[in-house]
Amino acid sequence: MGNVLCFHCGDDCNSSEIKFDEKSFCCNGCKTVYEIFSENDLTCYYDLQSSPGAVPKEIEGKYDFLEKENIIEKLTEFNDGKTQIATLYIPHIHCSSCIWILENLNKLNPGISSSQVNFGKKNVRVTYNSETTSLKEVVLLLSGIGYEPYISLEDFKGGKEHINRSLIYKVGIAGFAFGNVMFLSFPEYFEVGEFWLEQYKHFFRWVMFAFSLPVVFYSGRHYFTSAYKGLRANVLNIDVPIALGIAVLFIRSTVEIIFDLGSGFFDSLTGLVFFLLLGKFFQQKTYASLSFERDYKSYFPIAVTKISAEEGETPIQVYDIKKGDRLLIRNEELIPVDGILINGRAKIDYSFVTGESETVTKESGDKLFAGGKQTSGVIEMEALKSVEQSYLTQLWSNDVFSKNKEDSFTTLTNQISKRFTIAVLTIAIVATTYWLFADPSKAMNVFTAVLIIACPCAIALSAPFTLGNMLRIFGRLKFYVKNASVVEQLAAINTIIFDKTGTITSNAKSTATYEGEELTTSEKVLLKNTLRGSNHPLSRSLYEILDANNIITLNHFEEHVGKGIEASHENNKIKIGSASFVGSNESSVLNTTVHISTNNNYKGKYTFYNSYRKGLSNLFNRLKKQYDLVILSGDNEGELENLKKLLPSKTKLIFNQKPDDKLEYIKYHQTEGAKVLMVGDGLNDAGALAQSNVGIAISENVNVFSPACDAILDASKLTQLNNYIKAAKGAIKIIKWSFALSFFYNVIGLYFAVTGQLAPVIAAILMPLSSISIVVFTTVATNLLGRKLNTLK
Amino acid sequence: MSVIYILLSISIIVAIIFFVAFIYAVRRGQFDDSYTPSVRMLFEDELVKEKPETKTNKTN
Repeated sequence: MGNVLCFHCGDDCNSSEIKFDEKSFCCNGCKTVYEIFSENDLTCYYDLQSSPGAVPKEIEGKYDFLEKENIIEKLTEFNDGKTQIATLYIPHIHCSSCIWILENLNKLNPGISSSQVNFGKKNVRVTYNSETTSLKEVVLLLSGIGYEPYISLEDFKGGKEHINRSLIYKVGIAGFAFGNVMFLSFPEYFEVGEFWLEQYKHFFRWVMFAFSLPVVFYSGRHYFTSAYKGLRANVLNIDVPIALGIAVLFIRSTVEIIFDLGSGFFDSLTGLVFFLLLGKFFQQKTYASLSFERDYKSYFPIAVTKISAEEGETPIQVYDIKKGDRLLIRNEELIPVDGILINGRAKIDYSFVTGESETVTKESGDKLFAGGKQTSGVIEMEALKSVEQSYLTQLWSNDVFSKNKEDSFTTLTNQISKRFTIAVLTIAIVATTYWLFADPSKAMNVFTAVLIIACPCAIALSAPFTLGNMLRIFGRLKFYVKNASVVEQLAAINTIIFDKTGTITSNAKSTATYEGEELTTSEKVLLKNTLRGSNHPLSRSLYEILDANNIITLNHFEEHVGKGIEASHENNKIKIGSASFVGSNESSVLNTTVHISTNNNYKGKYTFYNSYRKGLSNLFNRLKKQYDLVILSGDNEGELENLKKLLPSKTKLIFNQKPDDKLEYIKYHQTEGAKVLMVGDGLNDAGALAQSNVGIAISENVNVFSPACDAILDASKLTQLNNYIKAAKGAIKIIKWSFALSFFYNVIGLYFAVTGQLAPVIAAILMPLSSISIVVFTTVATNLLGRKLNTLK
Repeated sequence: MSVIYILLSISIIVAIIFFVAFIYAVRRGQFDDSYTPSVRMLFEDELVKEKPETKTNKTN
């Protein structure tokens, strides 16, 4: 028994195995998908990868809103009344079978002319004929075969997303020009006074000049704008000496070829820009399927069902919801606005908001908050506020969300560049003054030569290559960092703040301890079997925790909503539920408890505790030496004693924190000089994550949604956090070493420049040599660091 | 006119043709997704094939 796995989705079939076509399926949904595929000769879906599928979910009228013309308009990127093109995000895309089946959608619906998958972004671009099929039908087809697209409010902004490819163009142009200029300047490197060379060198030089124009004015343009911006803000950033170097190289080279003074430095110029842009390109490691910029819009549906007396049930766009509207929320749908429950039993999962996975039961008349997900049946509610004014969404009107963290942070490179620029200018002026007296004809030469050779290409490359490589190493270890500057900021933190629920506790399991009179075997059997019949979340968790027992048939079973369960078997009666229901006068408000009585005798209670992630205490003990540790929890103090036992004594424990309180707490400590690392998970941490210097979102499954943050850490790797911080510090050390290395090259170059001997050949050798050796050094060093990190697992 | 001008212009024209091809490829989005095409090229003939196969454990 047991291990028969579903042919479609790979789940354990348990007792409900369904045999069809000599294959086992875990449920009718999976069987249906298989039937669809086999009828259409698409079963090699299962050859490419075994059990690739997902169980199709019940969708009922969930996608009715896709019939609305204005919503279709926003979701499609092309629409001429006949052909429509829509890009749909499908989280389930994970293997080659997925690509294959999704690109063969036209076999399942002839109205679809083509579909193309982007695996990295997990989306599929479907082109279909809107006369024979519709967007709704496409979405229903996808959902029906287990590839339910995720359509959120964020998609509603409409239009085609603009992809910024300018960096690729810039690198391409610089590389193209660099290669050609290299070839054209080769003859002059080996100049031996040859007749043909003499005759054509002017022509060659002007061709090089032509090639360098787009490099300076297009590829290198942003160095000038950035330097200008820096100077206006009184900051000598690294782009100032770079822009100076590029400008001087270009002007001097042009002057040289105009007055036939020499061959110019066009090869160094194009090479410099090319290498610099390559560094930028390398640093730009992006995780296409992860987003670090999410706000509530990516969680919220586009439309919900509105009930009105005149029109019955109609889909309504969530931005159009007004106060007083009656809304119908189906199973698995998200509540878009704050409101009051009118009808039906609500079991709300607020895990998006708080990270707490336990569902909350609400009765009619209770208040519902936006962001919760209904998990049982259909409910009706009345909206109290519009989307933007709801409790949760209001958080996003705080101005931390419009600030750009990167701007307020001075990178190591920019710190160095200030002193560097001043030093270079001083040397240039001193050397020029000397030559003005010694040999005035050489003065201008020396001045430009110093600025050319001191152009901090190697310095500018150190950080991008080190941090870019570090980003990749972290990514392999399931720590997804948004960009390079986050690694630098991570190395500088001194305070770590943790959220409790969902961050240091694990979502799925909780533990319960029993206090009271020991239960007899028959009572235990009865207890387990009673719980088996109940769907209450606490009953479900307690059922999972208790040992397995024989299955017996209960004589009587009754569930009292909001109170508990009553059951009997033979002569034994049992009551399970709240203290008052079972007849205990104990009142405990802080902890979640389930009380038990048999035959009207009070027996005892199960108290639930959060189950903390393994290795947590170890992690805190390792961190406590260097960092201030704080736990900021939105919950009550029920877990205080437990946490005190678990964590080092100097950890600050603060409870009952609202989302805004968390944000303010961090802000206050930052004004006192704290560099804060916030580790959280739910949407309620979004403000704190944005305010902190580095915000890390913990996620059980990185493909599922996480709030806007600087980095996403796989939950299983939380205990490695101290090693990641240590590695970030190591990366900073590597950058400092490569700075030292590039200063060494600069000193050599400056010797030639100051003594007035800088020939184009020397520049052309020294510049790539320094750049390439820096790249090699940083790459090797970070890889060593990464290997050390790997072995620490 | 010396032959070197002709040679040089030809070589530059050839270089520019490749450069334009590169720009065109980037603009068409060929560099946006570098993974899916590598899988897609391995499909093609599967549709006609019948599926004699055995069930294995979940591997993904």
